Amino acid sequence: MLKRLRSRLANGGWKWGIFSILMLLILISPVPAFSAPPADRHIKINASSFEYDPGVIRVNPGDRVTLELSSTDVTHGIAIDGYNLQVTAEPGQNQSLTFVADQQGTYRLRCSVTCGALHPFMIGKLHVGPNTLLLKSILIATLGLAVMIWTGTRQ
Amino acid sequence: MSRLELTRIPGIKTALRSRWPQLVLRVIALAGFALAIVAGISGTPVGSRNFAIVFVWIGWWALLMLVAVPLFGRGWCSICPIPMPGEWLQQGSLLKPQGKGLGLGWRWPNKLRNIWLQNGAFVLVALFSTVILTSPLTSALVLAAFLVVAVAASLVFERRAFCRYLCPVGGFIGLYSQVAPLELRVKDSSVCAAHTEKTCYQGSAEGYGCPWQVFPPGLVKNTYCGTCMECLRTCPHDNLTINLRPFGADLEKPSGRKLDEAFKAFIMLGSAMIYSAVMLGPWGFLKNAAYNIGSLQWLVYAAAFLTFIFLALPGLFYAAVALGQALSSNNAQVVRVRQRRPFSTHRQAFIAFAYSLVPLGLAAWIAFSLSFVLANLSYLWPVISDPLGWGWDLLRTAQAPWTPYLSGVTPILQAGVLLVGLLWAARTALRTPAAPGARPVLPRQQVIQALPVILFCSAVSFGLLGLLVA
Repeated sequence: MLKRLRSRLANGGWKWGIFSILMLLILISPVPAFSAPPADRHIKINASSFEYDPGVIRVNPGDRVTLELSSTDVTHGIAIDGYNLQVTAEPGQNQSLTFVADQQGTYRLRCSVTCGALHPFMIGKLHVGPNTLLLKSILIATLGLAVMIWTGTRQ
Repeated sequence: MSRLELTRIPGIKTALRSRWPQLVLRVIALAGFALAIVAGISGTPVGSRNFAIVFVWIGWWALLMLVAVPLFGRGWCSICPIPMPGEWLQQGSLLKPQGKGLGLGWRWPNKLRNIWLQNGAFVLVALFSTVILTSPLTSALVLAAFLVVAVAASLVFERRAFCRYLCPVGGFIGLYSQVAPLELRVKDSSVCAAHTEKTCYQGSAEGYGCPWQVFPPGLVKNTYCGTCMECLRTCPHDNLTINLRPFGADLEKPSGRKLDEAFKAFIMLGSAMIYSAVMLGPWGFLKNAAYNIGSLQWLVYAAAFLTFIFLALPGLFYAAVALGQALSSNNAQVVRVRQRRPFSTHRQAFIAFAYSLVPLGLAAWIAFSLSFVLANLSYLWPVISDPLGWGWDLLRTAQAPWTPYLSGVTPILQAGVLLVGLLWAARTALRTPAAPGARPVLPRQQVIQALPVILFCSAVSFGLLGLLVA
């Protein structure tokens, strides 16, 4: 087994070892926060025929967010991925949902009430601070590609 | 590369050679398929409450894209119900060869012995997919149309012409089955060479000649093997086996690379990107354009869809491949040693490198499906109790609430899958074999010619990350 490990290391396996360590470091390292101090945010969202307006919401981590949902056609809802929260609103009867945006990242808003043909695809987005998952993914991919190309040139 | 003969494990070969387990699974699948058509036609028009939508486009799709294709390749094709009625009529039997069946038994036209028709069929379905995926009636009519075409193909042409040349689903399953860690192959080709009867292709009293029109001794990749197991039954020398192998083993072989398959890779990758934007994005105008068939917006959407998958993606890829070829040919070290050209034309290189998109495309579809399936899987429970949406409660699950599963970790899973897909695509590009008969290239030349392709794959992956995770 030791012989096999030594052979793998000699064949460039150590580069992948370094990659794995760097990948772990990237995954666990905190991303510096540049966001503003927490604040109260009141955001009006109108739901109609398979879209939210606005479709993309941006808040800062720690903000106390109130979503005021209105509907202009049939009953719609909002369920926030990762937060396990939801609210529904009938036409003409606005409903509000208040929560603290304590989980950083990007989350989908999904309609929680069957509202018509494209209901499963009625989706919005909630950005809480910078999208560290995206940044880390791109960083790891770039690192992995670099190691792969480096390994390729030394064959 | 190492292989493990699974058919050496006691019980596996017996189970695969027996027709009964396969028949039971096929009959269950056929019953589900028939129920989907009935539910689509006579059930509720609300898609999320109708068996036709929920079981086919959420349940079956999840099973297909997240399990069956990545792990079993064409495993689904071995139990697919669509060709069954036609095949039974054609063979005149449910199990072993017995009597004379129906049908003209024509040979499939030589000019159509490729997957261009499958490519066209998939694009046709894809253009209307927003409606097919959400309208039970449309979904049922499309499924019924598949059945009618399959029966007609079986009655006019020999063997499984529908599966091999027409099925819009079979085309991409075949492409991505090259990634799967299972393969059906001969054990010893010299045994086949000495066997004059070729019962695996001609058939025998034990079973049918390959329904997929494949000559088993010549199998080098999974694409067209439907894993129906007929050759396991007909080989008198027990010379066929199911191997466990490394993932993606077919992608490192130089032979059998074709333009129709290359374009299948673009069609699938492009469709995954467009679906990610239309179905999982926050843009209502895109959803409405894709849904309102016949409207001006839909025409623009359809034109953009076709342009993207048939011109933009292949065009950019061609440019990347041509750049790689130019850079590698002009590389000083290469010129000094001797002129080595792994591909005689850019077209040949374009086709060869397009196979890098196979793992990337599969990853894109898995990432897309994860979000779509996990968010909507809980619609299965009410539909089990009330498949037609008529107010039944057969298993007391009709009132189960909609609950998106794993919604907090779905983006992490998607990012991980896309990363693996990108690195695998890069690895495939770096190992793209030279055309058969060409001089082997230098490692440095190999890397230089693959670099623009890797950049292309990176751009696509980061775009998908932006659509699915950002």
